[in-house]
Amino acid sequence: MGKNDTRIIQKVLVQIALVALSIAFIFPFLWLLTTALKPIKETMSVPIQWIPSKFMWGNFKEAVITGHETVGYYPFVVYFRNTLVLCVLIVSGTVASNSLVAYAFSRLRWPGRDFAFAVTIATMMVPFPVLMVPTFALFRHLDWIGTYRPLWVPAWFGSAFSIFLLRQFFRTIPFELSEAAKIDGASEWRIFRSVILPLSKAALAVVALFSFMGSWNDFLGPLIYLLDQKTFTLSLGLQFYQSQNGGTQWNLLMAASTIIIAPVIILFFFTQRLFIQGIAITGLKG
Amino acid sequence: MKGGTRREAQFGYLFASPWLLGFCIFLLYPLCASIYFSFCDYSILKAPIFVGLDNYKALWGDDVFWIALKNTLLYAVIALPAGMGTAIILAMLLNAKVKGMAIYRTIFFIPSLVPQVSLAVLWMFVLDGEHGVLNPILNKFLGIIHMSGPNWMTDPLWTKPALVLMSVWGVGNAVLIYLAGLQDVPVQLIEAADLDGANGWQKTKHVTLPMISPVILFNGIMGIIGTLQVFTVPYIMFPNGQPARSTYFYTEYLYDNAFRYHKMGYASAMGWIMFMMILVLTVVSLKFSERHVHYQGS
Repeated sequence: MGKNDTRIIQKVLVQIALVALSIAFIFPFLWLLTTALKPIKETMSVPIQWIPSKFMWGNFKEAVITGHETVGYYPFVVYFRNTLVLCVLIVSGTVASNSLVAYAFSRLRWPGRDFAFAVTIATMMVPFPVLMVPTFALFRHLDWIGTYRPLWVPAWFGSAFSIFLLRQFFRTIPFELSEAAKIDGASEWRIFRSVILPLSKAALAVVALFSFMGSWNDFLGPLIYLLDQKTFTLSLGLQFYQSQNGGTQWNLLMAASTIIIAPVIILFFFTQRLFIQGIAITGLKG
Repeated sequence: MKGGTRREAQFGYLFASPWLLGFCIFLLYPLCASIYFSFCDYSILKAPIFVGLDNYKALWGDDVFWIALKNTLLYAVIALPAGMGTAIILAMLLNAKVKGMAIYRTIFFIPSLVPQVSLAVLWMFVLDGEHGVLNPILNKFLGIIHMSGPNWMTDPLWTKPALVLMSVWGVGNAVLIYLAGLQDVPVQLIEAADLDGANGWQKTKHVTLPMISPVILFNGIMGIIGTLQVFTVPYIMFPNGQPARSTYFYTEYLYDNAFRYHKMGYASAMGWIMFMMILVLTVVSLKFSERHVHYQGS
């Protein structure tokens, strides 16, 4: 058997493995969708009925809008709106604060900068649970419990991960550009606004994307700080819904889950390249 | 400081000020306060009362603390290697330059986008003993050897493997990182190994893995930090760590102490113990890596 034959056999084996693994990875999604579209009875049929006898598109409507009348929770549209408001506040704060800070860390020289940066990187190791109690006490002191402020205000003060990501990017912009602008009499603010930011759209989009995902996903934060059902986010709302209906209305639960998952996946399809670049940067330049 | 002007330094502090403030308010202060609280009896409703080492002593004799710690470490010991192994294998398969790489990459990545709460709810119904979908399929294969799928949700032996399975499903993020690392491995190195007559396994062991070892180290450390904090998925899938406390994890007990029993000092002590564990594990990984991690260009 020649070397070429081995190559071909290898390729075929890899292809087979990839197909098999892909099926395994897609599988839970199929289950999610088919369950979301089933009448309640068919979610419990033995053996499993993969294709619903009737496609119940109304499940989505019931899960999102009307269902609350029967079970006493707030409609998902309310949670949806709450989550969006929070996401907007968090994403804009993250982009605004971290781009400023990353500029200071990458393109300005000041005493203590490198030490401050080393400390910043080290903070990525601090687990959230160790900060949880004093942070809660602090927000309680400010009388912010039950409001969105504990969830979004910190985003306006920067975060190590985003600072790191943006700094790595800002550093690659030629310093001659800043020098030239300085000779033309531009202030630091001007250089930041008109030279650096326009050249960093991709990196800013990556940071925005990650912070959106983070806030859309967040569960522990809202669980600690939100008290009133009508202020809940989607994650918290789904958990609440699940704890009341778990094991009974699987079709509605799956419909509600689909609604939380879908926007993220749609967003991914529109921003695939950014995602992949961003993740590669975070992993490699470490 | 060389080259910088005083003006530049002023702007430096100005631009960095959100983070310098944020660092002090949301990191440094809580970190210091939680040391202090960990030596206090603190219910949040009243001012903390200093009690010395009482919290730590009480933790030492607290069975639930040990159960939660054991569960968490056990879970980490299974989930970390399982996740890293799967991610590296998937990345290598994707790197084999077969047709449709972009599609496969998307398929492996998408599960990692699923929000934790949805992940928990979805898998509850995949694993469900009565109406779930996994066991009927497993049974088709296991039936041949007269076995059947385990009770993922109700057998204390199988709840952790269930969580590991779910975490492996969400491994796509790491796959992308490894894939980017693999694509950075110089082709000449592989070709040189080819010329020397190395087989696939030898190339992997002596060329590819050493070349991506910094990426493996980075992912490993981030993985340790993340896995030890596991909370959302078990909290939703297995209320109160049932069955038989097999899914009662460290962060969940910490959360319960803080917000259910209002033992904030006790919870802070737990937080610090966790932080110390992470520090020690990170230092150990870095020490261990000195001999095994290969940096390009050094």
